[in-house]
Amino acid sequence: MSHVEFSVNGFSKAVEVDPDMPLLWVLRDVLGLTGTKFGCGAGVCGCCTLHLNGEAIRACQTPIKEVAGKSVTTIEGLSKDGVHPVQKAWIEEDVAQCGYCQPGQIMQAAWLLSKHPHPTDADINEGMAENICRCGTYNRIRCAIHRAAGDECATGKEA
Amino acid sequence: MSTRRDFVKTTCLSLAFTLPMEPRLRFEMADPIEPGGVLAPSAFLRIDGDGTVTIWANKSEMGQGVRTSLAMAMAEELDADWSKVKVQQASSAAKFGDLGITGGSQSTRSTFTPYRTMGATAREMLISAAAAKWKVDRAVCKAENGFIVHGTKRIAYGELVEAASKLEPPKDPPLKHAKNFRIVGTDVKRLDGPDIVTGRAQFGSDLKLPGMLYASVQRCPVFGGKLKSVDATAAKAVPGVKRIINISSGVAVLADSTWAALNGREALKIQWDEGAHASASTMEIWKGFEARLKTPGKVVRKEGKGTAALGKNAIHARYDCPFLAHATMEPMVGLADVKPDRCDIYAPSQGPGWSMAAIQQITGMKPEQIEVHMPLLGGGFGRRAMADFIVEAVECSKTAGVPVKVQYSREDDIQHDYYRPGTLHQLSGSLDGSGRPHAWHHRFTGPSIAASLKMPWPPEATELSGAADLAYEIPNMQVEWAQSDTPFPVGFWRAVPASFNPFVTESFLDELAHKAGKDPLDFRVALLKKDEKRKVGHDELDPARLRRVIELAAEKAGWKAWRMAKHAKGRGMGIAAHAYLECGTYVAEVAEVEVLKDGRVKVHRVVCAVDCGLAINPLNIRAQMESGIIFGLSAALHGEITLEKGRVAQNGFSDYPMLRLADSPRIEVHIVKSDLPPGGVGEPGLPPIAPAVANAIFAATGKRIRSMPMTPGKILKAAKA
Ligand code: FES
Ligand code: FES
Repeated sequence: MSHVEFSVNGFSKAVEVDPDMPLLWVLRDVLGLTGTKFGCGAGVCGCCTLHLNGEAIRACQTPIKEVAGKSVTTIEGLSKDGVHPVQKAWIEEDVAQCGYCQPGQIMQAAWLLSKHPHPTDADINEGMAENICRCGTYNRIRCAIHRAAGDECATGKEA
Repeated sequence: MSTRRDFVKTTCLSLAFTLPMEPRLRFEMADPIEPGGVLAPSAFLRIDGDGTVTIWANKSEMGQGVRTSLAMAMAEELDADWSKVKVQQASSAAKFGDLGITGGSQSTRSTFTPYRTMGATAREMLISAAAAKWKVDRAVCKAENGFIVHGTKRIAYGELVEAASKLEPPKDPPLKHAKNFRIVGTDVKRLDGPDIVTGRAQFGSDLKLPGMLYASVQRCPVFGGKLKSVDATAAKAVPGVKRIINISSGVAVLADSTWAALNGREALKIQWDEGAHASASTMEIWKGFEARLKTPGKVVRKEGKGTAALGKNAIHARYDCPFLAHATMEPMVGLADVKPDRCDIYAPSQGPGWSMAAIQQITGMKPEQIEVHMPLLGGGFGRRAMADFIVEAVECSKTAGVPVKVQYSREDDIQHDYYRPGTLHQLSGSLDGSGRPHAWHHRFTGPSIAASLKMPWPPEATELSGAADLAYEIPNMQVEWAQSDTPFPVGFWRAVPASFNPFVTESFLDELAHKAGKDPLDFRVALLKKDEKRKVGHDELDPARLRRVIELAAEKAGWKAWRMAKHAKGRGMGIAAHAYLECGTYVAEVAEVEVLKDGRVKVHRVVCAVDCGLAINPLNIRAQMESGIIFGLSAALHGEITLEKGRVAQNGFSDYPMLRLADSPRIEVHIVKSDLPPGGVGEPGLPPIAPAVANAIFAATGKRIRSMPMTPGKILKAAKA
């Protein structure tokens, strides 16, 4: 067991846990923050995406000992009341189906936009490549990202 | 900068008390009732004094949008103010009646009228209450967007609920004419959207009860195997591990976190009795299928002279479709709280009723002591109709005496599924003098879902759609199905047999069109000329509706112009359709593909035309078509589950890949305007996509791929042949 201190969504936290426990399970099981989802535990689905010191990472691949002293932002802390441009665009495009992958998609998209304020389709292809949506909401995700950037989306519109 | 003092001192054990936990069951409980009374003419509807309308959905939400469309149906007749509508989830409690199963794209069909009727009942009561208050004839009052209106007078529903609740509910409240719909038929965003994008939405995995333990189960890797012995010494020593319990499916490790449970499970030393399937392999299964196809199967459809009419110019082809896992985004999960006299289950389930018998058997309780509560489902696709994850949680909680949540890992989820049956098909067909199909013979074999799950249906009941119900007019037809049991447990997968049969039949139809030298579009349309509806099994086929979607998809895709134009090498367009008779929906899809040098298939564009009768929520219909297409493309291009030494060889998204965003085609969905009763939309988008892609690959390369998934390996091999 180790004592680890870090910040989550602007609040300081301390936990006594196995230093190898992934951040994902610390958030979900220890801190009760369940917005970050478990999809594979192997870093290949993107469900557990969140921001660590501003970078999008996979919480299932990040042992808590590597989080010490760092700052974590989860879907719950992306904005107050869902007003982040990505969240608003997600609602406007009615992206979600089952919704399970969406916290990860949104955190990945928010990070992508922080790097590319006006991403091209190619930027989106690359930036979102590791986030699976089994319900197949990809085209709406693409459009929502363009919308959040204030850009046009051609996908799904009649040619 | 944070200081020491800012830190909330917490440990695993004390956390439940120090953190503001989400109130549990946010998906089920309505807000507390404010003074002033409520109107609740049924368990599914409550109107509060502040005008809030709470509607309980009796079908599970797994992304198909049912919570929103059910609420729309009720709010429409109620003439509710949509901004005041909330939706909650019905449990298996007696007051909600039998929830049945959420599957087969049946929810809209089975609930649209009942939900409308409940809304209309409340509307009539509110009108009566207002009329009494104003002392006017109720005929001069009408409902309008959350108010009862008479001339210039208006009164909000909230102010009427107390008086209305004292009235007798009317027996047969009038339902609106479709032309007066104001909510139904419009694009309505899903009600769960805001909770989903903020992380507040509650899925089964997200629930936690006081004192709950987290469980991970080691199951025998070989289907049908049994536990011989377990040495749990090392597992017990893993920090956080609390209990190790033998359950019917294997060994469960209970711990104070998911991580500790997973680690404890790693440390188990287990000996299995692998049973009869210890050396089973897919290769063996396919050999069995080959052998089975040599002799006739059960004739499930015969027209004219059947096979006797084939003649010597018939063409023959063999098609195969693999076993598939569901791979819902949220791995299976179940939470049970078994107390001495009561059992509560919190599980994302498509079929709470189907798990009841098992729960009763384990707990020895009566149905009224058991309640299944349903949070959101992180995908279902048929997998969550099964009860295995519930049974495991109940067994664990009963023994441990505390609430237990059983969480599947992704590996567990892929390796312990109820798989989509693999199938092998033999097709023969011949043309008449004018190039129309004259005879059609389809013999196929695979396991039976009905038999495997011991459903009270004939074994072929779950295997025939897309084969025996083929809509095209062919004078001589014979369709035979032969049961081949395999070690795989099989179950319902999105579109069930229509996930494989249409790939075969719509591809083979294209082969006949090619043989006849005809445009595959014209060839199909010519076989759907008779407009009379006809009975097919329990359902009705309306050939005109199928013809219409085929023509619409082709027109919107620019089919004719494409056929005339020259295209870059490797580009092709294909069309396919399926009449999803069980849920009354007709879909045609045109796929535009590019076959790359390395054998990969890039699907650039899909044009979909759908006739699902009355379109309740066009926004969601488009989403469901997109969803079915992407799901179908994962299967068409990537999906395959194999068995080696009795074990599933795949264990996650690396070897059971899914379509990614970059490979997602542009999708256009066109909805046929219709006043017919609404049909389902969760499954019907899927069946046409694989054959549309296969037909497009043929158009692009002249090579016919008769095996799913259509991998680069198969495509390169075909190119060399
Ligand atoms: S759960 Fe972390 S990437 Fe899948
Ligand atoms: S919305 Fe269901 S997995 Fe993405």
